[in-house]
Amino acid sequence: MGNGTGRGRPPGRMAAVVGAGMLTAGLVTACGSDQGITLNLYYAPEDTFQKVVDNCNAQAAGRYKIVYNKLQRGADDQRLQMARRLAAGDKGLDILGLDVTWVPEFAEAGWAEEWTGANKAQAEAGVLPGPLATATWNDKLYAATKNTNVQLLWYDDRITPQPPATWDQMIGEAEQLKAAGKPHNILFTGAQYEGLVVIYNTLVASAGGHILSADGKSVVMDQGAVQALEILKRVTSSGITDPSLTNQKEDDVRQAFQRGNGAFELNWPFVYASYADEQPKDLAHFKWSTYPSVQPGVPAKTTIGGYDLAVSTTSQHKPEAFEAALCLRNRDNQKFSAVKDGVPPSLESLYTDNTPLDPAKPVDADNNPSMATAYPMRDTILAALKDSAVRPLTPAYQSLSTVISKVLSPPSKIDPQKTADELRSKLTDALNSKGVIP
Amino acid sequence: MSTVEDVSATPRQTTARSGKPALSEGKRAERRLGWLLCAPAAIVMVAVTAYPIVYSVWLSLQRYDLRFPQDTAFVGLANYAAVLSDSYWWTAFATTMVITVISVAVELVLGMLLALIMHRTLVGRGLVRTVSLIPYGIVTVVAAFSWYYAWTPDTGYLANTLAGNSAPLTQYIPSLAIIILAEVWKTTPFMALLLMAGLALVPDDLLKAAAMDGANAWQRFIKVMVPVMKPAILVALLFRTLDAFRIFDNIYVLTSGQNNTSSVSMQTYNNLIKGLNLGIGSTMSVLIFITVAIIAFIFIKLFGTAAPGSDQGGKR
Repeated sequence: MGNGTGRGRPPGRMAAVVGAGMLTAGLVTACGSDQGITLNLYYAPEDTFQKVVDNCNAQAAGRYKIVYNKLQRGADDQRLQMARRLAAGDKGLDILGLDVTWVPEFAEAGWAEEWTGANKAQAEAGVLPGPLATATWNDKLYAATKNTNVQLLWYDDRITPQPPATWDQMIGEAEQLKAAGKPHNILFTGAQYEGLVVIYNTLVASAGGHILSADGKSVVMDQGAVQALEILKRVTSSGITDPSLTNQKEDDVRQAFQRGNGAFELNWPFVYASYADEQPKDLAHFKWSTYPSVQPGVPAKTTIGGYDLAVSTTSQHKPEAFEAALCLRNRDNQKFSAVKDGVPPSLESLYTDNTPLDPAKPVDADNNPSMATAYPMRDTILAALKDSAVRPLTPAYQSLSTVISKVLSPPSKIDPQKTADELRSKLTDALNSKGVIP
Repeated sequence: MSTVEDVSATPRQTTARSGKPALSEGKRAERRLGWLLCAPAAIVMVAVTAYPIVYSVWLSLQRYDLRFPQDTAFVGLANYAAVLSDSYWWTAFATTMVITVISVAVELVLGMLLALIMHRTLVGRGLVRTVSLIPYGIVTVVAAFSWYYAWTPDTGYLANTLAGNSAPLTQYIPSLAIIILAEVWKTTPFMALLLMAGLALVPDDLLKAAAMDGANAWQRFIKVMVPVMKPAILVALLFRTLDAFRIFDNIYVLTSGQNNTSSVSMQTYNNLIKGLNLGIGSTMSVLIFITVAIIAFIFIKLFGTAAPGSDQGGKR
């Protein structure tokens, strides 16, 4: 017994020290928050975004200070982090960086504040319609678009001098290249995750079909949706995709193309900067185009990505949070993020902007880039954005996406009509929070 | 009338029912003190264990989706009907069972071999034990990532040398095999550790006597060591079975549940945490809880596994 008490003492002392430490830490934080307002921004990691935050802090002149809390890298983890905190009523969240597919969910759950009046007008001004639709739910605006994104078709002009105009052509060319023993794969994100849903959504929209009704309340799965399944099946069962297709996400696809493992790559524009960094000698041959179309003569509708900024309903400083969110995505800051971090702007006018970051100095791709030097493909991006497809807008998007990627995986096993029926029933369940998501 | 009779009957009945002599005043006071002393621990247990369990049972009876807070409603057993009639759930259940049975069986054999080696080693016993325990010391997620890269074409030494041009983690059987391999590699040392404790129970005299009677090594192992070790083996099996049934991290990293390799825990996570569907997710966790309870019941009541710390030699 005596021995026991002797041993029990150090942990007790330890606890006291830890307790005192926590108390002091609490006091220190309390002191800190007394001076001015602190706005907590929860946003994905973006290399130069701290600079944007600093710009806005300088502009606020002490009225508030934005603190950039970096979320995890993975989109699912980011959503979970915020959803958990908001569901628990955490008052420490002010500005939320939402992936474009989360806005209806956060709005419906009562986590995102509606944008109204002058704030709304400013958040909508000059924004491309596709990105703007992602920030809207039930005809109300719940976020301001921060940046957008759209996939392009990338190819090597030494292998295919001209980009294919339709999926039929692309499949045909890949088969010919295969027969000739050349790099022939059509590379895309075929793993069982959101990336597969993005490809499928593009195919459905390009075929003129719909997955959900416009109000997001019921499942449609029309002829276009079935045609998209047929294409996906054809591409993946003709030996013209990478053997790792069903494990490939965006970066695996990029690497596979850079290794010379494919003739066509369907991917986001970030691949250009990576290619420029890693294979500068071949860069002149790395070409891009909008997606091939499904219906000959009708341009493809490509799925858009990107981030929107919302104000949390739990925020204690909403007026300041709206103001700060508007600052973080204003014209100058969107341009800065676009040229420095490669995230395409949601403001249309920036695509024709020719002034470099520092207008006083001459354009220089390395030190003083402009939209033209950072985005040689900016016209193609704009063209794709103007003819874009938005992923189904519904609060249950996460479940929908999980179900779609599960049912479509592996794509080579798709049986178009049967798969469509399965999707219809599983998605209906998911919309009614009844079904099990895999 | 009856009340009076009952009151008078109570003390005698209690004594008769329990079959023990009535307690003395001092004993009773001691017992009261005992209750008082363990009350704080009991309250903490109730707060941190019982409350969440009861709460998740309550949630499982509702339509409760964080994304549709207005649509919350009591739905009775509808969630159970939804889960139990869903093919995804049963696929995950079957996958989990396959992983559990195969990995535990393999671990038992390998663990026994390892335990015998560790038990018999004369030279560098400490070193052998430490080395064989290393896999168990590595965080599962970290180990899983190294398996993941090892089995991914281009980056992986195993995929490049053993799998040729294919990607084993994209196919059903190979990925299941890799998950089981990762699980076995990780937890065999734990099995070995428990079995080694059992081996220590086998008296040397018994083995020597058996040897004198002409039993060969295999007979000594099967007829002498295994029966004496039975309680330790059953405890090891019980622990590992329950553990394996709850498999999550290896699958999360290796395949994230693709190609039907999702386990019940993975699926519960997807519905509860990712899907924010508290109703369906809680239903699944209650079902896992029930399954785990059934497994424990089978081991304890049918195989006579002793709870660790009890001294009844495996019989209850």
